[in-house]
Amino acid sequence: MSPRVLLDPTGERTPATREWSPRPASLDGRTVGLLDISKPRGDVFLDRLEEQLTERGLRVRRFTKPTFSKPAPVDLRHEIGTQCDVVIEALAD
Amino acid sequence: MTAAPLPDGLVAIVKRDCPTCRFVAPVLADLADGALPLTVYSQDDPTFPDDVKVVDDTELEVSFALELETVPTLLLVAGGEIVARTEGWLRPEWEELTGRAPLGAGLPEYRPGCGSRTVDPDIAAARSDAAGAAGLGPRRVDLGEHEDDVEAAFERGWTDGLPVVPPTLERVARMLAGTSRDPADVVAVVPPDLVECTVEKVAINAVLAGCKPEYLPVVITAVEAACTDEFNVHGLLATTYFSSPVMVVNGPITKAIGMNAGINVLGQGNRANATIGRALQLVVRNVGGGRPGGVDRATLGNPGKYTFCFAEDEAGSPWEPLHVERGLAPDASAVTLFAGDGVRGMVDQLSRAPESLARSLAACLRAVPHPKMALGFDVVVVVSPEHGRVFREGGWSKARLRDELLALLQLDGDDVIRGAGGIAEGLPKGLAGATVPKFRDDGLLLVHAGGGAGLFSAIIGGWINGPGGSQPVTREVRP
Repeated sequence: MSPRVLLDPTGERTPATREWSPRPASLDGRTVGLLDISKPRGDVFLDRLEEQLTERGLRVRRFTKPTFSKPAPVDLRHEIGTQCDVVIEALAD
Repeated sequence: MTAAPLPDGLVAIVKRDCPTCRFVAPVLADLADGALPLTVYSQDDPTFPDDVKVVDDTELEVSFALELETVPTLLLVAGGEIVARTEGWLRPEWEELTGRAPLGAGLPEYRPGCGSRTVDPDIAAARSDAAGAAGLGPRRVDLGEHEDDVEAAFERGWTDGLPVVPPTLERVARMLAGTSRDPADVVAVVPPDLVECTVEKVAINAVLAGCKPEYLPVVITAVEAACTDEFNVHGLLATTYFSSPVMVVNGPITKAIGMNAGINVLGQGNRANATIGRALQLVVRNVGGGRPGGVDRATLGNPGKYTFCFAEDEAGSPWEPLHVERGLAPDASAVTLFAGDGVRGMVDQLSRAPESLARSLAACLRAVPHPKMALGFDVVVVVSPEHGRVFREGGWSKARLRDELLALLQLDGDDVIRGAGGIAEGLPKGLAGATVPKFRDDGLLLVHAGGGAGLFSAIIGGWINGPGGSQPVTREVRP
C-alpha cells in the first residue's frame, strides 16, 4: 500500500491543500450558474432547474463547456467565478 | 506508544517461533491454574501457547515497554511494579519466582531463551524510524485515499520531470541518520525565494532524489556552497545561459559512499553521483522555488540541470587533487561547485608529448564560449587517465600545465575584435593591437577522472565569472 502521509519538501509558502469555499446557508439573493458540460440531455436537466430557480426569484446564468472530455477553459471558469455566487454542474448522459 | 500498566501476578512474554517457549508451554499451563493470576503475552501468535489465555502483543507495545531482549521472560508483578524477573528456562529461578515447586517435571534444568522480536534489527530500525519521524518539523501532506504517491509528487510540482521517491516520515527519519546535525539546523537561505532551509528539508529532498543516508553530508555541503554570495546560485538559476551547478567531490568520502570517478564518470549509472547532484537541484527547485519558466529563464538549458556530480580520481591522478589545490587537507572530503554549461568533448589521439597535448587542449579551449570572447568565462578541464599519462610521463605538474595553457591562450586583439573574420561578435574594437588573455589566471580548473581507455578530455565551460557572476566554491564535508 502506498503511504498516506508525506513530508513537504517545499519552502511551504503555498497551502498544502486548498480549502473548500464556504457554502452559502441560503440561495436568497444569489446568482446561480448552470454549467452544461455538453453531455447529452444535460440541458433537459438544467432547463428544469432554471425554471424552478427562476420561480424562486433567483438570477440564473447558463454556461456550456465546449466538450465534456476536457477541463473547462480558463476564461469560462473566470466568467463563472466572477458572475455567479454558486454553480450547479450537470453531468447527465 | 505507551503500554498499559502490567497486571499483578505472573507475567510471561513468549513467541511461538522460540523452541524454549514451546518447551515451557506446559509449565505455563500449570501456572495458569495456580493461586497467582498469570498473564501471557505472545509476540508472534496470539493462539500460542494453546492451553493458556493469551494477550496479543504482536505489535510489541508491551515488549518494547519492558525493553525485552529474551523470550521467554517471566516476571512477578506486585502493585504494577516488577519485583522479580527471569529469562529463558532455569528451573530453580522459575520455582523461586512463582513459589511453586516442583515445576516442569521431566524437563531439563536449563534451556537458554531466544531473542525477543523487539531486538530483530528490521523491527528495531522501523520502530526507531517511526519514533524519529514523529518529531520532524516539516508540514505533513495528507494524500487522498486513491491518490498514487509517485503521481502525487508530480502533481504537487516536486519533481524535475523524473519520478521521485515519496518522502515518507520513515524514509526522512532514516535519511537524517546520515548526519550528526540537528534536523532543525538552518543549512542555508535558498534563493530565489530566500527560504531558510533546515537539515530536514535537505533530507526530504535527498529522499526525493533517491539518495542513501550516507550521501546526506555531501548534499548538505553542496547546498551550503551553492547558497553563498560567491557562488550566486540565484543568478545562475535566473540566467538565460545554459549553466547550472557542476559538483566535483573529493576526499575519502567519495570511496566510502561509492562514487564513480572512473568509466563514464560524467554519465549515468552511479547512484551516488546521480542522486547527490539531483538532490541539490531539487532543493533549489522545491525549497528555493526556482523552476523553469519561473525564475529559471534558461533559453536552452542543459541535461546537467537534472544532475551533474562526479568524484575526482585522486589515486590515479598525476597531480594533487582539486580540494588540496584549493586549500584543504588531503584527508579532508570536499565539494567544489562550478557554474558549468555542459560537456564538450576534446579528442587528441596522437600527442605523446605534453607540449603537443597542451597545444591541442589550448586550441579547443579557445572556443569557450566563443573563439572571439575572453576573460568572462572560467573553465573546468576533466583530464582523462590516458591524457593524464602524457603529462605524468612528461613530468608536467598541474601548475606547469596551467601556466602553459594560459600562455598559449594569449589572443591577438586584431583576431578577436568585433567584425574581425567577418563576425560581428567579439571584443571591443579598442583592443585592436593588444594581447588579451583568454582566461583569468585562476579561471582554469583541472580535474582528473574517467575510464582507463580513451585519449579524450572533457571541457566544461563556465558562466560569467567574478564578483558579478559565479566563483567556484569549495567547502569541506563534515559529518
